[in-house]
Amino acid sequence: MKTETSAVNIDRSKGDFFYPEAHVRDAGAGLSERTVRYISDVKEDPDWVREFRLRGLKTFLEKPLPTHWASKDLEAIDFDKIRYYLSPGTETKRSWEEVPDDIKRTFERLGIPEQERKFLAGVEAQFDSEAVYSNIKKAVGEQGVIFVGSTEGLKNYPEIFRKWFGKVIPIADNKFSALNSAVFSGGSFIYVPPGVKVKHPLQAYFRINAENFGQFERTLIIADEGSEVTYMEGCTAPKFNTPTLHSAVVELVALKGAKIQYITVQNWASNVFNLVTKRGLAQENAEVKWIDCNIGSRLTMKYPSVIMKGRKARGEVLSIALANDGQHQDTGAKMIHAADETTSNIISKSISIGKGRATYRGLVHVPKHLKNCKNNTECDALLINSTSRTDTYPAITVRGTGNAVQHEASVSQVSAEQIFYMQQRGLSEAQAMSLSVNGFVNDLVRQFPMEYSVELKRLIELEMEGSVG
Amino acid sequence: MPVPRLSRCLWRPMRFCLSLLARVQAANWTLGLYHGVGRNPPAPRSSDTKRARDSREPNRSQICRSDVYLLFAFMNELNIENLHIAVNGQEIVRGLTLRVPRGEVHALMGPNGSGKSTLAKVLAGHPDYQVTAGRVLMDGENLLELEPDERARRGLFLAFQYPSEIPGVTIANFLRAALQSRVPEGEELEATDYYAKLYEKMELLGMDRSFTSRAVNEGFSGGEKKRAEILQLAMLEPKYAVLDETDSGLDIDALKTVAHGVNSLRGPDLGILLITHYQRLLNYIVPDYVHVMVGGRIVRSGRKELALELEERGYDWAREGAVEPAFR
Repeated sequence: MKTETSAVNIDRSKGDFFYPEAHVRDAGAGLSERTVRYISDVKEDPDWVREFRLRGLKTFLEKPLPTHWASKDLEAIDFDKIRYYLSPGTETKRSWEEVPDDIKRTFERLGIPEQERKFLAGVEAQFDSEAVYSNIKKAVGEQGVIFVGSTEGLKNYPEIFRKWFGKVIPIADNKFSALNSAVFSGGSFIYVPPGVKVKHPLQAYFRINAENFGQFERTLIIADEGSEVTYMEGCTAPKFNTPTLHSAVVELVALKGAKIQYITVQNWASNVFNLVTKRGLAQENAEVKWIDCNIGSRLTMKYPSVIMKGRKARGEVLSIALANDGQHQDTGAKMIHAADETTSNIISKSISIGKGRATYRGLVHVPKHLKNCKNNTECDALLINSTSRTDTYPAITVRGTGNAVQHEASVSQVSAEQIFYMQQRGLSEAQAMSLSVNGFVNDLVRQFPMEYSVELKRLIELEMEGSVG
Repeated sequence: MPVPRLSRCLWRPMRFCLSLLARVQAANWTLGLYHGVGRNPPAPRSSDTKRARDSREPNRSQICRSDVYLLFAFMNELNIENLHIAVNGQEIVRGLTLRVPRGEVHALMGPNGSGKSTLAKVLAGHPDYQVTAGRVLMDGENLLELEPDERARRGLFLAFQYPSEIPGVTIANFLRAALQSRVPEGEELEATDYYAKLYEKMELLGMDRSFTSRAVNEGFSGGEKKRAEILQLAMLEPKYAVLDETDSGLDIDALKTVAHGVNSLRGPDLGILLITHYQRLLNYIVPDYVHVMVGGRIVRSGRKELALELEERGYDWAREGAVEPAFR
């Protein structure tokens, strides 16, 4: 069997293209108070947001890079060369016809308008810093569901927005949440009124088109009592020669008995630094579920979290990471139990190809005074080549007597015998690899909505194509 | 291995001609015209007198019935010529010659370490073994030049002694992918036809339908694994099947089911090389010919009765017949 790897020439053709820039608003390269004020001026921020941004900047500058525990590769980010705000200078449109032609072409190539017609209840499309399109199906809007960009959210719905904004993830949570707080732009604001169950998913699509650019979207989703909503995000960027930064903050609030499902399928180009903070708050009997698929990027650091604050709250993270040559997927989950009878579940599957590295970091916290809390953690790693690497860093603190925790971890390798067996049935080496990998993630993918599991399988096949000699 | 475009173009019409020849051959087979053409050469004997006494020797007088058939035979058999195989520099198979025409079942028996399983793996193209001399032709085509998956798609099937588990991949999906790899690019396998065929074959093998949604070999009992191998054989419809110790680890009921499955697949289009340790399996799958392998080569060949004699007399007896000592 060929053991040497050449995980190159991966077909990212679907996302790897860009049109010439035509930005009207440009904050220029580098980050200073001037940059932040420019963004505030352009966006006509209210005073409390201006102040929020400046506090974010101060915290960002004070905090060191977390290289003492995370990858040293973070030092490759040159914060002075990044452009922090770029926008076409037009309002967010409600119909595709009004979206400027070159931007519309981009999203049409990515198939977004088509998907909207097929199975989505609402779509937002962000191009670099700003949402260029945002629309919600009439029937859903009539139920009182709000689905707009974050800028519009803070302006038009301040009473709901301000109450929760920055509460689940404070400015100083980490260096990158502070950076996002300083320069955030775009992202979604969603509010689902009590008892409303949004049947079809709402989707946001984040697209980076410009070089030397940082995308800092900010998403806030509030599901009021007894409501249900599914949100999906997709991300792509063309492959530029210089690193691109994507640093989002996503806050979810599930009030009593509400359910939020947040699905991410990202397929970043291989020089994107993807440093994202995602956290959900689950009140009594509420449920927050993260489905997270990380493909591509140079370095991803992302640990979706759930704080179970009310009795019987539930948290769940299902995550798949695929690390190809030159990529490091540093992903995991955090489950903070803060009430009795709360339950959490983490299932993480990672695949390392070539010299790719997948890291699982998990935090499960159950304090002493709680009763009948349960956590189940499964983390499985699959190594494709002998040069592939996987690390697991679970941190589990469970105190008290009435709580149960279960942790299972496995590392497996696609064996030469297994590939030979499949080849003997007629599959090529690449097909055999791809089928093995799909089998490895299969039980997890089955829990995804149809449209995303199909997309994910296709992405995995594309990734595997270049991975065998 | 990338196939050059030109040879691919030539291959199509050539294969068409070969399939025509195959049909003529099949007709001959059914009409009983063809007996022992291109039969395996006699195993090396210590003396010619012994050979003359050996009534189990195939009737060689019919070879000259028609030389024309020789051509067909060449095109319709798995032809192993003077094969030498080494693993890590040590020679395991040492000059093995064997012909398995389509439509016949050949049993290959031998003690542990005689090289039977090594032969099976080399035929399928396992990368851990080196062929140091000899050649293998499948319907006249040099098998050893092909990648394992190409050999499979051109009609070679190996039922593994120890089939691999493929976690998370169901039997239904696996077989579908395997069949899909055999249809031209751009064409899709018809799902309803596929499932109809799958269920039919499963019934034949006494397999429950729930089997299709189980991951390939994962958590299977020994009997289930072997039945799953035969199911794949039935679905993929190869020209030649090598069954490596298909009887090992089976209780008598499972053995009967597997044998029933194999017997139902016997016919003019399939040549079977049945590798086994024990005579027991041959009570249920009655071979046309039996070969005894000792020390990396065939020391005796004969009709099915040879297996019984071997059972009675043991491998030492078979070894005595070899021209040179099997183990030096």
